[in-house]
Amino acid sequence: MEPILVLDKVDKSFGGLRVTAGVSFSVEAGSISAIIGPNGAGKTTLFNQITGYLVPDRGRIVFQGQEITGLSTQDIVRRGMGRAFQITSIFPEESVLDNVRLACLSRLGQSNNPIRGIVNFKEATAKAYTILESIGLAEHSDRLALELSHGDQKLLDIGIALGLEPKLLLLDEPTSGMSPEERQLTRDLIARLWREFNLTLIFIEHDMDTVFGIAQTVRVLQQGRLLAEGTPDEIRNNPEVITAYLGEDLE
Amino acid sequence: MDMSFILVQILSGLTMATLLFLVASGLTLIFGVGNVFNFAHGSFYMLGAYLAYQAASVWHTNFWIATIVAALGAGVAGMLAEWLFLRRIYGRSEEGGFQILLTYSFILVIDDIVKLVWGTEYKSLLRPPGLTGSVQVFGVTTPTYNLAIIGIGLAVVVLAWLILSRTRPGKVARASALDREMLSAMGVNVPLTMTLVFGIATALGGFAGALAAPLRSVTPGAGIEVIIDSLIVVVIGGMGNFWGAWLGALILGEVMAFAVILVPEWAVVISYVVMVLTLIFKPEGLFAHSKVRKV
Amino acid sequence: MGSIKSYMEAAFWALVFLAFALLPLSKASDYQLMLAGHILVWGLFAVSFNMLWGGTGMLSFGQALYYGLGAYSVGIVFKYWGDGWFLPAMALGILCSIVLAILIGLLIIRVGGVFFTVMTLAFGQLAWQITFRWYGFTGGDDGIQGIIPPGILGNRIAYYYFTLVLVALSIFLLRRLAVSPMGLTLRCVRQNPDRVRFLGQSVKRSQLTIYVISSAFAALAGGLMAGVDNSIHPNMLYWTTSGEVILMSVLGGIGQFFGPFIGAAALIIIEDIVGARTEFWPLIVGIIMMVMVLLFPRGLVGEARKLVSRFRTRVPERG
Repeated sequence: MEPILVLDKVDKSFGGLRVTAGVSFSVEAGSISAIIGPNGAGKTTLFNQITGYLVPDRGRIVFQGQEITGLSTQDIVRRGMGRAFQITSIFPEESVLDNVRLACLSRLGQSNNPIRGIVNFKEATAKAYTILESIGLAEHSDRLALELSHGDQKLLDIGIALGLEPKLLLLDEPTSGMSPEERQLTRDLIARLWREFNLTLIFIEHDMDTVFGIAQTVRVLQQGRLLAEGTPDEIRNNPEVITAYLGEDLE
Repeated sequence: MDMSFILVQILSGLTMATLLFLVASGLTLIFGVGNVFNFAHGSFYMLGAYLAYQAASVWHTNFWIATIVAALGAGVAGMLAEWLFLRRIYGRSEEGGFQILLTYSFILVIDDIVKLVWGTEYKSLLRPPGLTGSVQVFGVTTPTYNLAIIGIGLAVVVLAWLILSRTRPGKVARASALDREMLSAMGVNVPLTMTLVFGIATALGGFAGALAAPLRSVTPGAGIEVIIDSLIVVVIGGMGNFWGAWLGALILGEVMAFAVILVPEWAVVISYVVMVLTLIFKPEGLFAHSKVRKV
Repeated sequence: MGSIKSYMEAAFWALVFLAFALLPLSKASDYQLMLAGHILVWGLFAVSFNMLWGGTGMLSFGQALYYGLGAYSVGIVFKYWGDGWFLPAMALGILCSIVLAILIGLLIIRVGGVFFTVMTLAFGQLAWQITFRWYGFTGGDDGIQGIIPPGILGNRIAYYYFTLVLVALSIFLLRRLAVSPMGLTLRCVRQNPDRVRFLGQSVKRSQLTIYVISSAFAALAGGLMAGVDNSIHPNMLYWTTSGEVILMSVLGGIGQFFGPFIGAAALIIIEDIVGARTEFWPLIVGIIMMVMVLLFPRGLVGEARKLVSRFRTRVPERG
């Protein structure tokens, strides 16, 4: 089966600093994989290039068989890519329901049109409720987003991304800032969402329990380049990876 | 149209450009260093004119002392405004909007305070003795005072260049891509810097107001036209770009000098047209390397 | 956000509408009627302005441009072609505003932020300069007097009801827009424009749309005012007019849809009481603005609401 996402020698520099160094890999449709690496390895920058927020200096990015290098974020998102953010990115003064509902309306393509948007409101609302139930925030649907706890806000961030019905979902450090119990719950939730919504999922993580717990493939970045790629066991025993993480806890 | 006519206009334009530069440079300085758009900048210009009038025509001090009084007075007023009021809204969400509103309210307050203290009749300020006549330059006759202004302007430019390129505070000010958080991370005392920058900028504006006073009468309400002119200069030159302000002032000054003679009724409209053209073709300013920042 | 709250709100505004409707039937003087008319027109102007700022974070200091355009369309057409064209002239004013807003919007929305604000100011001043200097066409500083609407609208009370109905209808439409998906998108643009882009939406297109809509209603307000005051003046395009509508919104509360209407009523009434007695009204306005910005940024309505919701419990932390 054709891979859903292909990176081909993607390269980017800022001034003299090479933040992405000839990265190439393919992601299978329906897979769940993790990108790990020490701080400053360029993981979020890579996400930014995949989602069109930054443009690579060299190389190609192909999504669902079509080249998306250089396209705007809006275009890429409309083609079926979703993203949740490292620093929670939600609409704080809107209700939890509206946060997700906006995404559902955007998916239906109508929220920019004053009249047609109203017609599809019901459908968007129903979809939003479904998502809220899946992520466990349905009971808070009328609360303002800023009233949620940090952990719940991260879930809401994911919920907004789900509202777009993406084929590929990128999660940037979904468990950061969470307690161990919250991490376990989030881990299970991500695995469940992956199956329930038929997603291809790529996540950036520092928490190795999550990485080794649910990822099928692990890719390691170091100083902008792809250091290693393989199953969790292969990566865990890879000497180069261990060296790169010197001082960090791999277990 | 002969050469001497053109020369006269060029010189007249240079005078205008100098005054514009003195005001606009302050505006762009505050924005570049502190990310604040001082809507009331023109009011400090006006305040300077009135302070100079007070010193020279009422207290009978020497003209040049009067300009120093104007600069100091406007500078202190600016620092107070920043320290007492503006500072309280830094970091608020929607700060940009509230900045505009707060500085807008400064305009209203300063305008009426000026009316309260000095009344509404036009005041006049005489040129300093020794500069009242005219002089021959390149074969054309031009008022001595106007030349003096140009000279002063050049001196300020040289001084500014020295400070900006040789001193650390100057280099910090030049890096117009910085904002308050970055400055703080670099170890700069941000609150003090903001107040000082405000003071220097408004002092420059007040100084310009004093210099301009003998050329036009001193009236309330001068503030808003000055701010629009400064805005046009800063648009042409690039917001936060100090040298852009100089070149922008030069361009606008010359354009206005000729426009005022050729199409007097519509000269003001011409200046807007220049701004609109710049916006259409190069919105970040003709001389900027960085895009206009959003607040 | 229960439905009891929105019923109470709707009831409140129904009462307000009723109060305005009954005013001419009470012993109100002509002057008070005119004041009420002013509140209605400025109320619409301020609410439409706030769709831009409170609604989506675009602070325009130049809405007076469209307000004045609406007023001058009526005034100039009246001056040259008489009162028969009053209503078409209002429509013309709105149409011209839409076209102009599209042009200006395309030019300045892409830069955004403080820059956007000062650009709107500059264009507003340009319009004022042209109107002020073009004595032959606009009458310059003299303005245009004696604008009497045609037919039954020439009757002061009939015109008042005409204004009331149009204003109420407009505010109703704007309200529907604010709670619609488009309104939600615009509010979210203010809170987190990056995330809106990550939803596949064009932020700039939404902003342009609301800019044009807001300006169209500003023009309607201007056209109506021409009939309320029976005269127009270049002051309507001066930057202080833009400033006044901003102050009304800040006074009432930019975070509330109806805040600006309350702010308009408050300011007009305060001006009527205080402004008439002093030549330092701008100073008072300046001080009010400073107090609001520094101490009560949520405005009268917003601060009142905050007091009420102080008793709301926060969602408990998980785990």
